[in-house]
Amino acid sequence: MRRVNRSERVRVALTLNGRRLAAEAEPRMLLSDFLRQSLGATGTHVGCEHGICGACTVLIDGVAQRACLTLAVQAEGRDVRTVESLAAADGALNPLQAAFRNNHALQCGFCTPGILMSFTDLLARNPHPSEGEIREVLSGHLCRCTGYANIVAAIKEAANGTAGAAPNPSP
Amino acid sequence: MKPRPFDYARPDTVDEALALLAEYGDDARILAGGQSLIPMLNLRLIDAKVLIDISRLAALDAISDHGDMIEVGAAVTQNKLMAWPGLDDKLPLVAAALPYVGHFQTRNRGTVCGSIAHADPSSELPLALAVLGGEVVLRSKQRGERILAAQAFQKDMLTTAREPDELVAAVRFPVLAGQGVAFREVARRHGDFAIIAIAAVFRNQELHLGAGGLSGRPQVLRVPAEDYPHLLANDVVRFVEGLEGYDDLHASAAMRRDLFRNLASGVVGEAMRCAA
Ligand code: FES
Ligand code: FES
Repeated sequence: MRRVNRSERVRVALTLNGRRLAAEAEPRMLLSDFLRQSLGATGTHVGCEHGICGACTVLIDGVAQRACLTLAVQAEGRDVRTVESLAAADGALNPLQAAFRNNHALQCGFCTPGILMSFTDLLARNPHPSEGEIREVLSGHLCRCTGYANIVAAIKEAANGTAGAAPNPSP
Repeated sequence: MKPRPFDYARPDTVDEALALLAEYGDDARILAGGQSLIPMLNLRLIDAKVLIDISRLAALDAISDHGDMIEVGAAVTQNKLMAWPGLDDKLPLVAAALPYVGHFQTRNRGTVCGSIAHADPSSELPLALAVLGGEVVLRSKQRGERILAAQAFQKDMLTTAREPDELVAAVRFPVLAGQGVAFREVARRHGDFAIIAIAAVFRNQELHLGAGGLSGRPQVLRVPAEDYPHLLANDVVRFVEGLEGYDDLHASAAMRRDLFRNLASGVVGEAMRCAA
């Protein structure tokens, strides 16, 4: 049995974006803070810290979940993937990211990492979701600036494999 | 917000979990999916001395078909049940209710039993369990297992008959193949807690009509089929008048009763059509 006392800091090891990493955490540390503060992976954003906004959504063992509703100790030994895992090493965007760019599906980008991770999960399970299915999953995210229409369009484009077909906005 | 400090325990067996519950009782909280518990801890609405994490206990992560009942273990997530191949045929009411439970991302982690143990008066799964006449399986180190009917389990708002040393080990939904069901809810946004939720089931010549969000716990009205639809409207009015409702940020008690009165017959009609 794993037991950690409230004031104890224990080593928590997990796989983050394919790399084995470890850092110390006390029981009450949220995975969102562990990723950002202890492991330095600041791509995952933190909005509400009670499961509502979706900004902190990451994949744990391939499944999209709220990092703010997960304790760091619960992720011990797990495979965690964050937005940092999506682009290629040379910075080339993956098809989902490229579709967001093509469709102007982000403005400030605060909500974007979480949305990308949710749809990484959805598209892996269901490569050709209907618009209704896309909107159902998107309802688990709040975006305060873009408006959801462009986000839906981007996900449709990624799902149809037509990423890159839309004209690139000038930089 | 960050939670106040607590101890964390991740038992390797159900017996270890029960031993911890026996030791800590009310000071312990079971952490299964954490989709209700961790928000409350983060907002510091509640405190816990120790969290007992049962999410990795494989023995609790099973959906078993007992013929007339489907048993769902305490670690089974809402999305796992939603993806269970027998769901549409055997538990059509649960299939209709699950899409309303939170969001894709919270259902990936939130558990079926956790939602029922949390006992929010407007949440969908406690209502489905009550309308179907399901059961809750409780286990403790001292007294072993006991089974409670859904209506005996949930007593009031966030209050259940669970003793401090007991674990909600599983819930059992009665199989309802080939009978009419319907589920509808009213919420400000999809995925929010329901302002009201309505569930209807035709079973054994009886209509079972369930109301969520109209009192501290789900309420069920039973109307004999021969009285339907003649008596239904009167029955619904009497039923709703008997429920005190509650006021909150989203709706007054009177608005909740009005919504129910106006929507119930449509939900019943839908259940009848799918029974036919
Ligand atoms: S920060 Fe996790 S859902 Fe908002
Ligand atoms: S792009 Fe700004 S919140 Fe979504």
